Amino acid sequence: MATYDECLKIVRDVLGDQLEPGKTAGEKDALVADLGMGSLQMLELVVEIEDLLDISLPLNQLPEVQTVEDFARMLESLSGGSSA
Amino acid sequence: MKLLDKFAPLATLRNDLLKHGTLPFGVVTERILSPTEGIVEGRKTILAGTNNYLGLTFAPECVEAGRQALADEGTGTTGSRMANGTYGAHAALEQELAEFFDREHALVFTTGFLATMGMVSTLAGKGDVLLIDADSHASIYDGCRLSGAEVIRFRHNDPADLEKRLRRLGDRSGNTLVVAEGLYSMLGDQAPLADIVAIKDKYGACLLLDEAHSMGVFGTRGRGLAEALGVDDNVDFIVGTFSKSLGSVGGFCVSNRPELELIRMAARSYIFTASPTPSVVASTRAALRLIHDHPELRERLWNNSRRLYDALSRAGFRLGPQPGPVVAVFVDDPTRAVAWWHQLLEQGVYVNLVIPPATPSTSCLLRCSISAAHTTEQVNQIAEAFVSLLSQRKAAGSAV
Repeated sequence: MATYDECLKIVRDVLGDQLEPGKTAGEKDALVADLGMGSLQMLELVVEIEDLLDISLPLNQLPEVQTVEDFARMLESLSGGSSA
Repeated sequence: MKLLDKFAPLATLRNDLLKHGTLPFGVVTERILSPTEGIVEGRKTILAGTNNYLGLTFAPECVEAGRQALADEGTGTTGSRMANGTYGAHAALEQELAEFFDREHALVFTTGFLATMGMVSTLAGKGDVLLIDADSHASIYDGCRLSGAEVIRFRHNDPADLEKRLRRLGDRSGNTLVVAEGLYSMLGDQAPLADIVAIKDKYGACLLLDEAHSMGVFGTRGRGLAEALGVDDNVDFIVGTFSKSLGSVGGFCVSNRPELELIRMAARSYIFTASPTPSVVASTRAALRLIHDHPELRERLWNNSRRLYDALSRAGFRLGPQPGPVVAVFVDDPTRAVAWWHQLLEQGVYVNLVIPPATPSTSCLLRCSISAAHTTEQVNQIAEAFVSLLSQRKAAGSAV
């Protein structure tokens, strides 16, 4: 079980490794429009977070994920956590 | 009109491609001459992108069977398999497919896409899990969307990742349909099927295998990759198409599971569409007999495939990971890929141009599919046309 803040930290940490040097991921940033993530980068992001948390993210839920916050909220709900 | 704004990026892409001349998507074969040749832009062209693996589209037995059925049974059935659209020949084809695959049950669909999409969307429903290879065909992805099941991808051709995801599912693995393909159509790589079968058995999941590009290509009887790897009996559902090795159009599913008969009453893509026309069914039945009776077709296909793969590999092209009837040439620069596609066509060679996101990476592909009907000379001509692209590039002063 992970809190929203813990999930947000995970997403931002993993994104930090993928983004161009000097770029950081803000909570409200859109993954595609603001951070320039392509479809293959998105796939890598998903797989890395899945392995980190030992979970599988359902493909059905991914289209709902537009922002860093959306991603963290999805992780929080899948892990059965609650907002911090 | 806002409704149509979403097509603007496609219009831009189309206009960019048209600047080079013929649109690579939807090339018109003005006249088809044989399984391997046609007239394109007024020129005799070697067709090296047709998936006509065994070259049966002009087999006299298939043509005559189709002609006879057309005369005897008319141009179409005008109805669904569930209503008036099942003729004796449809039932006979199902019986023959079941025998060909040594299965108890077979279902014939109107296209391969409908077969795969229909089976995936019907086998799994709400509360179930679909565990699919990440590089799955669009028909599998569309089946997933329609199913209402939870959809999880495993890394392409990665049994360890598949196992990890089945383990994570815990008790739900028994409600899971694993979906893989025998031969992947873009890069021509084969599934590690023995490992996939062992893992799905270990976790009590079901396996649906799409042999669309591998039926007629692998196995001593031509059943596909499952037969070639000796895991035929452990595949729960096999789907495939008539539009590649069998040279017609249509799709099927075979299985030993008696529930396949119930799927006739549940699969929307089976129920709510007209059945295959009599001529198509007759040609398909004739082609199935040819696959059974002529294993030398497969030998010829593989000899041709290895010849092209080896020639392009020697020339320095970056290719898909395994030799086989799909020979995919990676081209990183989209502008060069389009230019090369046009140069090949001008030299009388048609291949498929595939650009992301239809490719499994950020590279474009010049995708060749080889046929048993290609002559050695034609295969050499295809290879020479590719090699000349490199020569022209060298002459223009670029590094290879």
